[in-house]
Amino acid sequence: MEQQRSVSGLSQSPRSPSSQPYLSVSVTDPVKLGNGVQAYISYRVITKTNFPDYQGPEKIVIRRYSDFIWLRDRLFDKYKGIFIPPLPEKSAVEKFRFSAEFIEMRRQALDVFVNRIASHNLLQQSEDLRTFLQADEETMERLRSYETGIFKKKPADLMQIFKDVQSKVSDVVLGKEKPVEESNPEYEKLKHYVFELENHLAEAQKHAYRLVKRHRELGQSLSDFGKAAKLLGACEGQALGKAFSDLGAKSEALSIKLQKEAHQLLMSFEEPLKDYVRAVQSIKATIGERANAFRQQCELAETMKLKEINLDKLMLTRSDRVGEAEHEYKELKAASEEATRRFETIVRQMNEEIVRFQEQKTQDMGIAFHEFAKGQARLANNVADAWRSLLPKLEACSSA
Amino acid sequence: MMGSENPGFEEAHLFASREEMENLVLDDPLTTHHPNNNNSYSSFRSANSSISESTHHPLSPPVLSTSADSDPLLSPPVYRNPNASDNNSYIEPPSYADVIFSPFDENSANEINRIDSTSQDTDSSFALSRSSSSSSDYIKITVSNPKKEQETTNSLVPGGNTYYTYLITTRTNIPDFGSSEFSVRRRFRDVVALSDRLAEAYRGYFIPPRPDKNVVESQVMQKQDFVEQRRVALEKYLKRLAGHPVIRLSDELKVFLQVEGRLPLSVSTDVASRMLDGTVVAPHEVVQPAKGGRDLLRLFKELRQSVANDWGGSKPPVVEEDKLFMEKKEWIHDLEQQISNASQQVETLVKAQQDMGETMGELGLAFIKLTKFENEEAMYNSQRVRAADMKCVATAAIKASRFYRELNAQTVKHLDTLHEYLGLMLAVHGAFTDRSSALLTVQTLLSELSTLHSRAEKLEAASSKIFGGDKSRIHKIEELKETIRITEDAKNVAIREYERIKENNKCELERLDKERRVDFLNMLKGFVVNQVGYAEKISDVWAKVAEETSGYAKDS
Repeated sequence: MEQQRSVSGLSQSPRSPSSQPYLSVSVTDPVKLGNGVQAYISYRVITKTNFPDYQGPEKIVIRRYSDFIWLRDRLFDKYKGIFIPPLPEKSAVEKFRFSAEFIEMRRQALDVFVNRIASHNLLQQSEDLRTFLQADEETMERLRSYETGIFKKKPADLMQIFKDVQSKVSDVVLGKEKPVEESNPEYEKLKHYVFELENHLAEAQKHAYRLVKRHRELGQSLSDFGKAAKLLGACEGQALGKAFSDLGAKSEALSIKLQKEAHQLLMSFEEPLKDYVRAVQSIKATIGERANAFRQQCELAETMKLKEINLDKLMLTRSDRVGEAEHEYKELKAASEEATRRFETIVRQMNEEIVRFQEQKTQDMGIAFHEFAKGQARLANNVADAWRSLLPKLEACSSA
Repeated sequence: MMGSENPGFEEAHLFASREEMENLVLDDPLTTHHPNNNNSYSSFRSANSSISESTHHPLSPPVLSTSADSDPLLSPPVYRNPNASDNNSYIEPPSYADVIFSPFDENSANEINRIDSTSQDTDSSFALSRSSSSSSDYIKITVSNPKKEQETTNSLVPGGNTYYTYLITTRTNIPDFGSSEFSVRRRFRDVVALSDRLAEAYRGYFIPPRPDKNVVESQVMQKQDFVEQRRVALEKYLKRLAGHPVIRLSDELKVFLQVEGRLPLSVSTDVASRMLDGTVVAPHEVVQPAKGGRDLLRLFKELRQSVANDWGGSKPPVVEEDKLFMEKKEWIHDLEQQISNASQQVETLVKAQQDMGETMGELGLAFIKLTKFENEEAMYNSQRVRAADMKCVATAAIKASRFYRELNAQTVKHLDTLHEYLGLMLAVHGAFTDRSSALLTVQTLLSELSTLHSRAEKLEAASSKIFGGDKSRIHKIEELKETIRITEDAKNVAIREYERIKENNKCELERLDKERRVDFLNMLKGFVVNQVGYAEKISDVWAKVAEETSGYAKDS
């Protein structure tokens, strides 16, 4: 079932540019633009590709966060059933919004986002992706503001509105109070799994974030301790004083290593966990879409049946409204078939996606765990080395 | 919290505390685990909980864990050094730290032999570390078995007034004591009396300060907790006394440790008879400071003298001439500041290490839950692979968490030396005060003498003008001469006392310097060796995980 995906978006130099199709994107160079409340960060998005529909081997555009949101929303609309890669959150605290760390985390997450789309065999065909990667800034701005305008739902999709109204009416008419749900035990199991998974992951991520904080706090306390030890050493003087001073110096040096490791931990361990949580939330959104599609299918099928009954009645009474009713029935039938098709597509997509998701996550977490373990081992080694270097001097002190 | 999320994890609801969950994880046959870790971990945890609470005032005893915290698995705790050689099955091959740990093991061996220990406190090996290196004689004191007793005499309220007594057991091989093991029951009042008597008898010495009376706390705290807190404090105090080379052999301490029954309180001076007898200060009283005594007149005189010293135009008759001493005093003050500062930073460091360990453990447990979850719900092999990876990381995190917490318990033990010396600084202040008050007494007496002499001269001059003598004046002169004689004696005694105290100060300062150097060096060594040892262990744990997950490594 594993579909052949194009070469991972992260590769910079494909073997033979012309034969192997590749689409590789990097999000780089965050720059703060604008002033005061209007200020925002812009990114350079560099696309390297040999896809036929794309302009040239390389294209560079400038994008901002809301452009990424636009892309995500469009993909979500068009590719129901597919787990759209998650975006990093809108910023929380104002003060934090322009901190170097936040900017770097967001940049990294955006880079991962686009590359996941680029390496997904269906999503990479998207026209919206092409627009996002190629269009000039004015076009992008126009599209973006249109999207965030009042008319989120395109008026062209009258059928959609019609269907929505219909569903609401038929609900009341048919005396149904609860929304209709699939009675598929395997799917139930999956839904339960997804919801539970989010809880577990959120907890793990919470502790991971705390662990980052602990590293920082330990670093700070080592720095303060080092300073105090140095002062004590200055007061003591002689060999003992020197020992204290050396200890203080080592302590301060370790403090720096700890701060570094805290940053590493944040980027290589906590962020992937957060990303995992977001991915699960994206799945939940797809689950929602599937539920909508299922409900529509059911309701249209019901409505169609009613219309059929009505039509037969009219035909029997040879009413002059038969023509009209027939026409309506045909439309409804088409809509119903469309809804069924959509629903079944979603089901099919989801089944593929879940396999891909599990494998992807095993990979992603594997890397994260590896980096985490490496970082902790490295830190512990630094600590051991630093303290160990003091021992000969301390020995010399006591024998003196 | 745990049981509800993971229906498959049957054992969850059986355990109340996180520690038991950790034990469960590490008991898993899939992970290596040394059975003794249970006990050592538990005693360290309780040791740690005594530290992680509240800001720790250097002189007050550590707050012990409340019953809610106590680990149901905890039987009478035996302090075990996790790095003792029998743990090598857990860490193979023996690391650098295990080899270097040997000076440590000696102390921990001492502590293991302390069978009488019913306390859970992380008693610093402060008193032990030096005595074991200098000579083979020892005094081991333990305080235990608090009992509630009834006040029998002079009780206005019938059935009222209860107090607690503590069993004080001493083991020693010093012949002066006459016996090698003995015990006595004492109440806190006796300790106060002991402390007061020592202060009288050993002026100029660095006498360890006694535990506070803590009147407020005794009303506010739970009786159990307060009594336990006091027991610990008493034990520490007596250990410190036993660690002082001069005081350990004092009569006062001997009586306290051996003789049952109420301790005689300090000799008090009767103010009334004072006033009646006149204004002369008897020589034997001069050996005590005016302040704190009941001799109001003497107090007043010395106060006047000290004011004259500070504000008077003329230099006092005798001044603190020892420049070296003045410099030393300043330096001691500075040292105290630095030790206090360092001690505060140590507390922060200890808390940070503690938090690190806790969070690491919580992270590990969260992943354990995830692992179980993924395994139960697995529909694809990728999930099982991920679950296995998670378990690997989780187990490592839990191990690392334990290491951090063990490291912390040791850190506290070592750096507690700083706290000990802060307490000692108080004793130093006391000794310096002894010196200055003795000096003040000398100055006062000298001033007094000069006043008396000039009065005598005036009287003699006046009476010599009258031929045949002035009976009343002659009588007065006789009396004055007598007073001068007595005051002269007192002055000599006071000077001798002052010199004696100066000598005591000097000896004690030398002792402080020598011992402090040794203690601090040991403290540093212990701390560093500890850090190295545990860092190596933690590194090993993670290196294994990095190895096992190396398949995921990005080729960069």
